[in-house]
Amino acid sequence: MRSVIDILDLSVDEINSLIDTANDIIENPAKYQKACEGKKLASLFFEPSTRTRLSFEAAMYELGGHVLGFSEAQSSSAAKGESVSDTVKVVSYYADIIAMRHPKEGAPMVASFKSEVPIINAGDGGHNHPTQTLADLLTIKREKGGFDNLTVGLCGDLKFGRTVHSLILALSRYSNIKFVLISPDELRLPDYVKQEAKNGKIEFLETKSLEDVISTLDILYMTRVQRERFFNEADYIRLKDSYILTPEKLKTAKENLCIMHPLPRVNEISVAIDDDPRACYFKQAMYGKYMRMALILMLLGISVK
Amino acid sequence: MNIDSITNGIVIDHIKAGKGMEIYKFLGLDAYECSVALIKNVPSKKMGKKDIIKIDSLLDIDLNALGYIDPNITINVIKNEVRTEKYHPELPERITNIIKCKNPRCITTTEQELPHIFKLTDKNGPVYRCLYCETKAQ
Ligand SMILES: [Zn+2]
Repeated sequence: MRSVIDILDLSVDEINSLIDTANDIIENPAKYQKACEGKKLASLFFEPSTRTRLSFEAAMYELGGHVLGFSEAQSSSAAKGESVSDTVKVVSYYADIIAMRHPKEGAPMVASFKSEVPIINAGDGGHNHPTQTLADLLTIKREKGGFDNLTVGLCGDLKFGRTVHSLILALSRYSNIKFVLISPDELRLPDYVKQEAKNGKIEFLETKSLEDVISTLDILYMTRVQRERFFNEADYIRLKDSYILTPEKLKTAKENLCIMHPLPRVNEISVAIDDDPRACYFKQAMYGKYMRMALILMLLGISVK
Repeated sequence: MNIDSITNGIVIDHIKAGKGMEIYKFLGLDAYECSVALIKNVPSKKMGKKDIIKIDSLLDIDLNALGYIDPNITINVIKNEVRTEKYHPELPERITNIIKCKNPRCITTTEQELPHIFKLTDKNGPVYRCLYCETKAQ
């Protein structure tokens, strides 16, 4: 049974094919309206994530399928102490595919060992979130036309931000990608992610200053710098403004810079930038739905002519 | 000190002095009926002192997992009083229920009877990571 737990479970060819399908859905939505007729998606959200859950559910409805499930552990069997394995085993008799979010890292992998149907990891704690990376990749493809020869800036919390780690690993499979890592010392990218990225053959430039490097970037991926990641309040106050994107800091950026953010945003991108044509973060959320549609089709083995 | 030679069995040699008991326990040798000798502080040219375990039976146990504890160990397999194999245990690709994941956010902390599995992710080091949450083994 094929499941997607980690973005690297998908080959480059498969990702390219998902992107092709997503682009085709965007251009010809009517063609896909009944693609999943009679199929059911179980959305098992052991912790709430309204954004991701709605994206999966909208994806299934737009394919003509049905959705069942729960949106938090309190309303589920997990509250009564049932294991992930047992829950999934049972649900896999009721549904054709499962999207699962769980606060424990590795829970979707455990589910995939027991399930009779494909599991899509919809986020396991701070660990993996492959469909976020798929959304990021479609955004880059549509905004930049491809993945080669890009200078990608990643800004903010690069230590705990798993979306950043997955994106780096996914992009490092393409050629001539350069990463510019912009973060305070406390939140630098862990070395093992750098090593894993094509066994250390990728070029990384590290800096603490967004202003110093913004003019060189093709993509700027912003992440949230959370207060609780700092040892003391003083450091947080001192640093937080350095990692907030403002119209002022954008002055020297390229005309065709693509600004991304996995959302939800707190204050790391000024609202004043939302109307700038370079702001892609809301489109990114929309593209996430199309990639989830493409992934559901792929895992169900459905091809639309 | 002399221990009777073995007709059919396994000799685990070049164990770091003092580690013999740990390996005895790790292999669960107390559970077997056969004769087992744990000899400690044997003089060694190479190591100064070493421990040796002699097992008087060709037990079907996974000795490669010993590579995780100490890759310098030598394993000798004896058949009809002749040594037929001599090797160092390789680093196992996976180790199951030997170490536990320390990550409090890992699914192994809540899912009952889930085996603790670690996979080898870097031979130089070596680095083992939890199969489920990818936290590095300590
Ligand atoms: Zn773990």
